[in-house]
Amino acid sequence: MSENKIQFLLNNERKVIENCDPNMTVLNYLREELSRKGTKEGCASGDCGACTAVLAEVVQSANSQTTEHLSYQSINTCITFLSALHGKQLVTVEDLQQGNKLHSVQQAMVDCHGSQCGFCTPGFVMSLFSLKKNLAQAKFSDATDNSPDVDLDKDIEHGLAGNLCRCTGYRSITEAAKQACNNDDVDQFEHEQAATIAQLKLIAQQQDTVELHNNGKSLYLPYTLDKLAQLVEQYPKAKLLAGGTDLALSVTQGMAQIQTMISMSNVRELAQINQTAKTLSIGAMVSYQQSHQLLSQYYPEFGQMLYRLGSTQVRNSGTLGGNVGNASPIGDTPPVLIALGARLVLRKGERTREISVEDYFVDYKVTQLESGEFIERIEIPKANSNKHLKVFKISKRLDDDISTVLACFYIKFTNKKVAEITIAFGGMAGIPKRAFACEQALMGREPSEQNIAVAMTALAKDFSPMSDVRASSEYRLQVAKNLVRKCFYELEQTHAATRIETFEVDTLDVRGVTHA
Amino acid sequence: MRKLSDVDKGLKGKKSSGAVGQSIKHESAEMHVTGKAVYTDDKLESLGQLHAAVGMATIASGHITAIDLSAVRAAQGVVAVITLDDIVGHTDIGPVFPGDPILTKDVVEFYGQAIFAVAATSHELAKQAVALAKIDYQETTPVLTIEQALKAKSFVRPPHSMKRGDSASAIEQAKHQLSGQIAIGGQEHFYLEGQIASVIPTEDGGMTVYSSSQHPAEVQKLVAEVLGIPFNRVVVDMKRMGGGFGGKETQAAGWSCLAAVLANKTQKAVKLRLNRSDDMMMTGKRHPFENHYQVGFNGQGVIEGIDLTVNGNCGYSPDLSDAIVDRAMFHADNGYYLDHVSITGNRCKTNTASNTAFRGFGGPQGMMIIECVMDDIAYSLGLDPLAVRKANLYGTDTRNITPYHQQVEHNNLAEMITKLELSSRYAERCQEIDDFNASSKFLKKGISLTPVKFGISFTAQHLNQAGALINIYTDGSVDVTHGGTEMGQGLHTKIAQIVAQVFGIAVDNVKVSATRTDKVPNASPTAASSGTDLNGKAAQNAAQTIKQRLIDFAVEHFAVDSDDISFSDDAIDAGQHKLSFVELVQKAYFARVSLSSTGFYRTPKIYYDRENAQGRPFFYFAMGASVSEVLIDTLTGEYKLLQTDILHDVGDSLNPAIDIGQIEGGYIQGVGWLTTEELHWNDKGRLLTTGPATYKIPAISDAPKVFNVELLKDSPNREATIYHSKAVGEPPFMLAISVWSALRAAIANAVPVQDRVKGVIPSLDTPATPERVLKAVQLINAQQGIATDE
Repeated sequence: MSENKIQFLLNNERKVIENCDPNMTVLNYLREELSRKGTKEGCASGDCGACTAVLAEVVQSANSQTTEHLSYQSINTCITFLSALHGKQLVTVEDLQQGNKLHSVQQAMVDCHGSQCGFCTPGFVMSLFSLKKNLAQAKFSDATDNSPDVDLDKDIEHGLAGNLCRCTGYRSITEAAKQACNNDDVDQFEHEQAATIAQLKLIAQQQDTVELHNNGKSLYLPYTLDKLAQLVEQYPKAKLLAGGTDLALSVTQGMAQIQTMISMSNVRELAQINQTAKTLSIGAMVSYQQSHQLLSQYYPEFGQMLYRLGSTQVRNSGTLGGNVGNASPIGDTPPVLIALGARLVLRKGERTREISVEDYFVDYKVTQLESGEFIERIEIPKANSNKHLKVFKISKRLDDDISTVLACFYIKFTNKKVAEITIAFGGMAGIPKRAFACEQALMGREPSEQNIAVAMTALAKDFSPMSDVRASSEYRLQVAKNLVRKCFYELEQTHAATRIETFEVDTLDVRGVTHA
Repeated sequence: MRKLSDVDKGLKGKKSSGAVGQSIKHESAEMHVTGKAVYTDDKLESLGQLHAAVGMATIASGHITAIDLSAVRAAQGVVAVITLDDIVGHTDIGPVFPGDPILTKDVVEFYGQAIFAVAATSHELAKQAVALAKIDYQETTPVLTIEQALKAKSFVRPPHSMKRGDSASAIEQAKHQLSGQIAIGGQEHFYLEGQIASVIPTEDGGMTVYSSSQHPAEVQKLVAEVLGIPFNRVVVDMKRMGGGFGGKETQAAGWSCLAAVLANKTQKAVKLRLNRSDDMMMTGKRHPFENHYQVGFNGQGVIEGIDLTVNGNCGYSPDLSDAIVDRAMFHADNGYYLDHVSITGNRCKTNTASNTAFRGFGGPQGMMIIECVMDDIAYSLGLDPLAVRKANLYGTDTRNITPYHQQVEHNNLAEMITKLELSSRYAERCQEIDDFNASSKFLKKGISLTPVKFGISFTAQHLNQAGALINIYTDGSVDVTHGGTEMGQGLHTKIAQIVAQVFGIAVDNVKVSATRTDKVPNASPTAASSGTDLNGKAAQNAAQTIKQRLIDFAVEHFAVDSDDISFSDDAIDAGQHKLSFVELVQKAYFARVSLSSTGFYRTPKIYYDRENAQGRPFFYFAMGASVSEVLIDTLTGEYKLLQTDILHDVGDSLNPAIDIGQIEGGYIQGVGWLTTEELHWNDKGRLLTTGPATYKIPAISDAPKVFNVELLKDSPNREATIYHSKAVGEPPFMLAISVWSALRAAIANAVPVQDRVKGVIPSLDTPATPERVLKAVQLINAQQGIATDE
């Protein structure tokens, strides 16, 4: 059985799309099909945020007062295919104002002079809307905690780092964000939450695979893992769609047309995180955002790095599975997964097999994945209290930038000597890769200045990195070497300030803006 | 009109809100936040509207040997294809000098040069069709760098020099001599709204053009010339841009011209919107520069003689480069008196897109060389860079003549620097930074204070004029049109405030309409920070003309003396009589008084003799100073801007909130230019950084956590500018130079105090990416004999 329509809520209105090109992005649908011109195209590559809109979906509440609530996620509509809307509520900038009354996030942007040319503004407004919703939900879920949000500055940076503004210099926008997030108003979305949930559940009752066929192009949206496995085997040349943050670029930037697409977004089994005593098992459809809390809990530095992977919009859509699956040499999570000894569960038809993340990568964009096979889940060993994980992301810009070099060290000391060590790098070769010679140089030794120096030199045996727009080969190798030094310095000097990204500024001098 | 609208005769007695000097919100703020603000791409499309795409050259230098567009013409959705042969009028759209062919069919001068254009039924189909072209080339070796261009004497315009005194002997006779150089990278505008034009044919063979352009009058001229029709058949309408920054001064016109040719051919509306990557490849950027100096100075670091050479990479054509390199030369002194000086500017021709206007217009690149000299002198003498800067500042009564012989008047830089040193706790923080650096092994801090003196006026004298048109309707509402364009800078808001001020009415009663070439003709580009100075004066002039008519009417009608008439709080006092503004307007209408007027303004005092490089090119100077504190990681080269303190002089601010927005935004844009914004071409001249994935403008976390911005108080512009304000668009951009200088300080601080050798200078080309910073750290360590590796 199959259904031939994508169903979602456009704000409160139920929309049914029966005949459309599966390659159409949400942005083009909004602007061209619906004439909703408030959402802008700035780059069509998911890097500027001008096209930001928000998806809401029903999630189970952690709080006992309610059983379920709406979770709001900002997305880059320019790199989101229409299929991602199925079963969700789409909120765009046009939906926020009620009558003549601006939404509190809009009012804050006006009050704080947060817009100049205004072209990026709808995107900022929507990111801010989603940020405010999420902070309010977090506060509600943790009702015992009445303390003010001490991390509001960080939350604002994380929430808005995926929105570029070329005019303001951001100070006014940050101020608007503070005003909006400190305002405890109740908006129309909260008033209408129960009705929205009821409507979304009606759509969710439908459990048949959604199929869309248009001009020879096809989209499949299965609901079960078995059906997904069957479809992937049946259409081995189909593109498998998780968050789509990379795949969509082939259409919006590469001018390609995807003939057959199989979306995993409705497969419940793949959206789950399971834990055993020793393992975290993360389904291939779990977004970075959804896995962040758990990964941070076990591996704080992994969590810290995840907050610099893409932007909130990208983390809301993109998945660990996709990051491994697309086999980019500069993916941020594979080096960490390799260092941690994570394993992949691969599925083909009814068969599953396991392979280590390390062995999965063969050559540039070549993996062990067979035709008709896909990544079902990622199994990450839980943290070992005797081992130290160090993760370093080096990029030209601090936020929302692709790594120049990503280094990951997982080390166990016995009697001050290195007893176990795994070092993996991204950006240093055609694939994410272990630094065996460097590991060897350190194994069984004390991390003395001299031994570290030898290990640094050994990296030249492990890697001959390339030069590209991000950095030269020489820089990559030098930084990789220096990170070995930095890693051991941090392990020794655990309280020293060593990273610019987390450096705390003394805010003694804040006077802000003064004028007559 | 037979019957006028009813008016509330009761005087509300409310204060005029939004008059000059108040921080009112941007006139479009509510439309921005609700998504209702309409940009060119958002306009309702006409029936049968076509979408255009442009086919570009895929070599940087050479000849086209064959063009086969048969597959393009046959592609799905394609309605028309044009090449150079389809242009009936002018084929060169160079704004000042020839050199910018609208399309090329023979010589290719850069990767991305337009060869043909397609109109199709959708944007996607047009893009897909363009990709089907088969074009054969005979490639020649491209000139890609300034060095290559200088060697080949490849220039778009002849070199130019300015001098005062005898620099050669002054340098020779000075106690100390130093020479050096700096390479300064270009910058992509990255306006969030890319280039776009939407064109509709009219009944008389003309065109209505909606163009995201800073210079509608030039778009009108070029569209008319390309079509071979009179200018009066073309109307350009420009409501707002999603950012311009100079990138839409000259380089918005070509897209309107191509769309117009396609619209003329198909007699359909045609929209041409560049995708981000095409926009970045096809349009010019801020000029990269390589500048050199040779300087002689005394023991206190005071410059006694200096030779400066600024070499701008202009790309393949002149565009505005003559004026841009001139402005770099005009600002190679920044705020410093250069005794015995010679400055030479070269306009290097390379096989890249034609570099163009960008906030500062060469000024920033010129300033960089003298700020580099200040730092270098300080490091070479082991002095505090701020002390050297202060020792070299222009004087007030002496030492106040620029290299182009203009006297620097009303110079308040020294006073501003003193104020900023205090408010930013500069001295204490220097000590705190030293303490931090002594205790931190790999993270090091640096701080710097740099000034800005920026000349205000177009250096092309004729551009310093403006027009405006004001209409008052019989309900008392006021419509203003002027020659300036709104790109986010708040120009329309300020103009509305100015007009409201003249009439003593609430700013809500004043609407600034879209810039249109049929309302205000022959307008100059909105550029050179001059938008408010010029158009504000023109609007004020128009408003005063109507106001005088109203006064004359009231004098007669109420039989009062004109001195007894005042306009305030939406009302008019005329001797014993008090009436609302709208009542006066209605009475005047019935008395057949014209309620519409144009206004005009031209900047006084300015003149320039370019041949002798002498004169007064600038009406006045805008001043500012900034302190930036940075933190670098000496192992990775990464850095963070920790704190910024700015004191800037905008004269009597027309709108402090808007001015502060310009200062903060300009500063951060400057930070991007000097740090993370790196353009990268391959060795064949193809730009590789063609989108925000690889070209990194500042994001929210790049703004400093502590960001103090102050407007200099009680400092009216001593020249008779509009309400004694000062221009603010460009000057703050150059406040970011303190970040680059602070990075150099941090790099110098990477060497422990006890190991420092006097005279070692930390060099740092820009953009100062983490890679360049790490390289500089390694270099300075190596120069002092400290091993960094192994």
